Amino acid sequence: MDYNFHWRPVFRKIPELLEAGLLTLEVAVISMILGITIGLGLALLRMKGPTPLRQIATTWVEIARNTPALFQLFFFGFGLGAFGLHLSPYLIVLAGLTFNNAGYLAENFRGGFLAVPDTQIRAARSLGMTAAQTYIRIIIPQVLRIVYHPMTNQMVWAVLMSSLGMLVGFRELSGETQFFASKTYRIFEYFAVTAIIYYVIVKIILLASNFAARRLFRY
Amino acid sequence: MIEIKQLHKYFGALHVLQGIDLNVSKGEVLSIIGSSGSGKSTLLYCINGLEDIQQGEVLVDGTTVHDQKTNINKLRQKLGMVFQQWNSFPHLTALENVALAPKIVKNFSRDQAKSIAEKQLKHVGLGDKLDAYPSALSGGQQQRLAIARALAMEPEYMLFDEATSALDPELVGEVLDTMRLLADEGMTMICVTHEMGFSRDVSDRVAYFHQGVMEEVGPPEQIFSAPQSVHTQKFLANVR
Repeated sequence: MDYNFHWRPVFRKIPELLEAGLLTLEVAVISMILGITIGLGLALLRMKGPTPLRQIATTWVEIARNTPALFQLFFFGFGLGAFGLHLSPYLIVLAGLTFNNAGYLAENFRGGFLAVPDTQIRAARSLGMTAAQTYIRIIIPQVLRIVYHPMTNQMVWAVLMSSLGMLVGFRELSGETQFFASKTYRIFEYFAVTAIIYYVIVKIILLASNFAARRLFRY
Repeated sequence: MIEIKQLHKYFGALHVLQGIDLNVSKGEVLSIIGSSGSGKSTLLYCINGLEDIQQGEVLVDGTTVHDQKTNINKLRQKLGMVFQQWNSFPHLTALENVALAPKIVKNFSRDQAKSIAEKQLKHVGLGDKLDAYPSALSGGQQQRLAIARALAMEPEYMLFDEATSALDPELVGEVLDTMRLLADEGMTMICVTHEMGFSRDVSDRVAYFHQGVMEEVGPPEQIFSAPQSVHTQKFLANVR
């Protein structure tokens, strides 16, 4: 083998890589919070919304699920750019991930709502709860449990998907890695270390999610 | 008092209630019997406005249930309901199941709601299950939990929709005992039921429903010993 491994330059940049890892986590978390909120809205619109809004919601879900996530990012980057609307790389990635998360989560939520029996609504309403109280106190908590693990999956997916950010000039973990790798030509070493950082980030998310699930869902 | 006047209800083309006239006074226990699909349960849902109606009127203490101007959530506080599939809230403990509505509907403080819930759970014999989740309770216990949950709103009427039909046979007794207890305490009750023994012993009046029509109504002795309608006679001959 002709290739000589040089790890030292990579190790020297580990603090920068970890910092970029935090940025990756940040954009994934924010895109999940926005994605859950919008996804919940899309699911409700698809089930109960007036026709035009229902169609918009359905279109959103279908585009998010039926096209590559990369193209969705490109839309917010180059697509909007072509119309003179230039977002920062951070916003491009945040918008792209949020769009994708919302679409996928909307379908999970819809399945979750369908899995809670209608009789739960009747029981709550018979006690004098308003429709809003019924949703907030009775239905949504049960839906959140049903969609909890799919939601964790989406969170992991958002972390990994954010690596597409390097293609729109965003210096998150992959972008940062690419930047250093191209300066030093230690491409394999950099991406190997970054892969481990991704692995650890996802592992922490999964452990935290399992821990939280045990605290949240005691029934 | 609950007054039902010329009530008609359709599910699409299906005419499920065909002109029901019925009054239930304070303190009365009325049992509704009849075969499945005769409209008994639908009638209960019409009384607390969970189903809309196409014709006629339902009044609870003089308030029209199906009037747009009626505050239905307020009115439902008077009408406790217990379902066939007990419908306990699976994500809440027994105590939370019962305390929730007093807290968020009646705006009681957390402590007040909790003490009401404890009192009602003891009332139905679940004083030792306060922190249990429904999944850890038997069907009979879950149904008693549902009764406690309805009672916590201090309703003036209780509507029972086949409260024992989904239970294992050995669990029916405990729920019927709880219902008897309520009747003895003077609660006004409308019980849709297949428990003939219960309706004979506990009710002041029994109504027989057949295909959306109330065929006859009267004291249990009369309905069970000397039914007037052919349908009632046939039904009772079959369930005995």
